[in-house]
Amino acid sequence: MYKRGVYTIGENTKIAKDVYFMTLFGDTSFITAPGQFINIELEGFYLRRPISICDWDKEKIDIIYKVVGAGTEKMAELKAGEKLDVLTGLGNGFTINNDTKAPLVIGGGVGTPPMYNLAKQLIAAGQKPTVILGFTSKDDVFYEEEFKALGCDVYVTTNDGSYGTKGFVTDVIKTLTGYDYFYTCGPEPMLKAISAATECSGQLSFEERMGCGFGGCMGCSCKTLTGYKRICKEGPILLKEEIIW
Amino acid sequence: MVNTKVTLSGWTLDNPVIPASGTFNFGKEFAEFYDINILGTFSFKGTTRVGQFGNPTPRIAETPMGMINSVGLQNPGIDAVINKELPELKKIFNKKVIANISGYAIDDYVYCCNLIDKEDQVGIIEVNVSCPNVHGGGMAFGTDPKNVYEVTKRVKEVTTKPVYIKLSPNVTDIVSIAKAAEEAGADGISMINTLLGMRINLKTGKPIIANTMGGFSGPAIFPVALRMVHQVAKAVNIPIMGQGGVSSAEDVIEMMMAGATAVQVGAANLKNPYACKEIIEALPATMEKYGIKDLNDIIGASFK
Repeated sequence: MYKRGVYTIGENTKIAKDVYFMTLFGDTSFITAPGQFINIELEGFYLRRPISICDWDKEKIDIIYKVVGAGTEKMAELKAGEKLDVLTGLGNGFTINNDTKAPLVIGGGVGTPPMYNLAKQLIAAGQKPTVILGFTSKDDVFYEEEFKALGCDVYVTTNDGSYGTKGFVTDVIKTLTGYDYFYTCGPEPMLKAISAATECSGQLSFEERMGCGFGGCMGCSCKTLTGYKRICKEGPILLKEEIIW
Repeated sequence: MVNTKVTLSGWTLDNPVIPASGTFNFGKEFAEFYDINILGTFSFKGTTRVGQFGNPTPRIAETPMGMINSVGLQNPGIDAVINKELPELKKIFNKKVIANISGYAIDDYVYCCNLIDKEDQVGIIEVNVSCPNVHGGGMAFGTDPKNVYEVTKRVKEVTTKPVYIKLSPNVTDIVSIAKAAEEAGADGISMINTLLGMRINLKTGKPIIANTMGGFSGPAIFPVALRMVHQVAKAVNIPIMGQGGVSSAEDVIEMMMAGATAVQVGAANLKNPYACKEIIEALPATMEKYGIKDLNDIIGASFK
């Protein structure tokens, strides 16, 4: 189920280069799984902005977004106390696989946020997730400490080597053994590389330009081995085995 | 008390508000937000003879006060619509629905209309001769009065249900096309489909939409739609379902004053899933504000 509501901005703070952390106070009862997203109406823009949920509790939603265009530029200017019209409970979200013990949790750039609540839930389910975060450069890195605070082993890579391991998340994956599953969100080339670099199964979160965000317009459809899927409705999480690269 | 009931070809609707094809799928997604039985009715997703995926993504681009889509008629095909979508719809919607039918050749339209004719759940067949997103298909039919005449005539031969022809605005003279449909026996006109539009990504210099162009809709096109409805309403004697950027109860009234008997709401549903509910709820008070007791009194007021 999904729902529209009015949410009040608690904070809207820059946490890395072009990356902002925002809290939204309001009804969170329609959010059921990590990896779901919300769709935010912004004054002056016709379509809503779909943003993944980083974390939530009974009274607020945390999101992390990157300024990539006019809409997110506008979001970055919003102040605490301002109100936003938001659709919540969108997307299928990650499904915790209870048959595994040591999954990899891999975030690429601004694909990192949804992995945070997922890691929390995996730990709560008695699993020991290993976190790998990939960024372009040192200035882009965020949430390393937050994942460490959960008790996860955290590896950070940067493409230029200015922080952590030089290279891509797959360069870290190659050095690891003992993992039995993976969850990931990030740019599509990274998702494809992870899928190829891992022998185990996993869940991958995809991105697409959306019209409505709730399955009404068929704007974000993709072909999978299990049929046509709407990234906003039957996605954004797809299983490794069903993806057509 | 005001009267919001309107009648399309003998079918009386509780109100003139109809979600437009392609923005409401088969109703399920919106039924999660509100009870869709409050609608006049709705026009279901454009359906073709054989199911199809449609166009590659990205299919969506934004514009100030509107959007561009190039979905390309993704739909499960007429058989799945009849055997799966309509029975599922019956569980959440107790009114008749408008069946939107598309095709690539006249035989496709005839084939689908012949099948859908047998469905009690369908109140009107809306024949889409104007989708801008299918090559060699809908648009080619919709831009030539001779083709529109031929499609209309052939479809009318296989169904007793009212047939409304959905027209493209991307033509030189929409009146001549509407007249061709009327002469061929169309029971009504549905207008306008989307305007052909385009956006370019400034960073790459390439079109945002994978298919380069797409259908432009939203409040930005309302004046164009209104003008065309006005022109056609003056020229034909069959009812019009007016659409194009309608987003409020005021827009509904204005579109009816232009000559529409009922009004379809498209892109607004995608921005605000409650758009039609809010319009229907606002309609009586908005009518009272303008001294309108009966919506039927204002149809075509702009030229009568």
